[in-house]
Amino acid sequence: MGAEVKEQDMTPLLQVKALTKMYGPRIGCKDVSFDLYPGEVMGIVGESGSGKSTLLNAMAGHHAPDCGEVVFDTRADGPVDTCTMSEPARRMLGRTDWAFVHQHARDGLRMSVSAGGNIGERLMAVGGRHYGEIREQAADWLGRVEISDSRIDDRPSDFSGGMQQRLQIARNLVTGPRLVFMDEPTGGLDVSVQARLLDLLRSLVREMGLSAIIVTHDLAVVRLLADRLMVMKDGHVVESGLTDQVLDDPQHAYTQLLVSSVLQV
Amino acid sequence: MIELENVSKSFTLHNQGSAVIPVMERVNLTVAPGECVGLVGASGAGKSTLMRLIYGNYLAASGRVMVGDLDVAQAAPRQIIALRRDTLGYVSQFLRVVPRVAALDVVAEPLLAVGTPQAAARDKAASLLAELNIPERLWSLSPTTFSGGEQQRVNIARGFAYDYPALLLDEPTASLDAKNRATVLRLIEGAKSRGAAIIGIFHDEATRDQVCDRFVDVSAFSPQVAA
Repeated sequence: MGAEVKEQDMTPLLQVKALTKMYGPRIGCKDVSFDLYPGEVMGIVGESGSGKSTLLNAMAGHHAPDCGEVVFDTRADGPVDTCTMSEPARRMLGRTDWAFVHQHARDGLRMSVSAGGNIGERLMAVGGRHYGEIREQAADWLGRVEISDSRIDDRPSDFSGGMQQRLQIARNLVTGPRLVFMDEPTGGLDVSVQARLLDLLRSLVREMGLSAIIVTHDLAVVRLLADRLMVMKDGHVVESGLTDQVLDDPQHAYTQLLVSSVLQV
Repeated sequence: MIELENVSKSFTLHNQGSAVIPVMERVNLTVAPGECVGLVGASGAGKSTLMRLIYGNYLAASGRVMVGDLDVAQAAPRQIIALRRDTLGYVSQFLRVVPRVAALDVVAEPLLAVGTPQAAARDKAASLLAELNIPERLWSLSPTTFSGGEQQRVNIARGFAYDYPALLLDEPTASLDAKNRATVLRLIEGAKSRGAAIIGIFHDEATRDQVCDRFVDVSAFSPQVAA
């Protein structure tokens, strides 16, 4: 990274402007704005129901926002508002430059298709046709997420929770996305598996120069993974800044409560 | 290199009746390249707080915190991230690492972050670990399993892997034996002679007198009137 990244990191990869999503009269998330630069990892924390997943899904185009813009710096056309983009164009983006890692791996995987098929499918969606090459890449990615390639023909339903999550990550990253959305990527995994996954995510982010937005309620996860942090409550962003600054010197009442509520290990 | 102007810091405890606790006022401090300034003052006087203000870990309530030509008190997160990558190093008392990452990689990381090739970064990391007497058989293990003293030495190796133009050292020699302390002193002297501006907290007086060019008593910055 370093020198060559500096040249181009003047244009934000993603600009979110006044994004609002309502559920009838209730607020999902309101008036959220931020810029994300290439190579940056941003964490979004808050308690259940604070609107963090709503925000993530609105940014990723899963929910249509009520107002606001999600401007992505596309390879071909530069910054484009993805909310007003055509559906096929947005789907294409979802298969190429964007990736979405779901909390429950089964939401992001095809459980009846082999592990290799799960990875290969995404390659085929962007035009991969050569079976041997696809299988080779799938095997390579299984190795990178530490799944033995002897499992390539097994279905994810035969995998443990941690393996499913790693397979989901491989499936998402195989096409070399530039922006990854993650919804509680380590939720529901036991701590030793979490540590392994965190280490994996961190090295992939570094090697591939990815930008990522990670939604979690786990402050230890954001401390390790995120450069920046946004704290949400009742659909609003109450505080944002450098991760360690927000965690060590929280300014907002809610953040102080959140930080002081963590059990020390 | 490091220049603090009229900096103050207070903590507002919203969950305890919004009590405002002023901890520092009128902080003025300048550190030139090649100079090592020792912070002194009783425990709780705010030595570490001052370090954290400079590192951008704490938010200054007012004033300017210049490191190079960046005002840390006003900077955007990404500017501080770049500052910490390229300019400002920090050796804290405690090591905080991702589980499972080998000690050698922990030390090499700051070099990789500035684009040093893998092999060169690992060579430098290996020589620092050797210099700090971490047995080679431990290099491929995660420091989370190390003893306190070993963790601290890994932390120091990491802090000195890349030649930061400015360094903050929070008790780098605490709990080290004489031999390792001597190595750390040599590293600090080396950083000074290449022109690094250093602010340090040293509890050991012999160490302090050996490396520091002058001292700043932090108690002078404590608020005059208790709120």
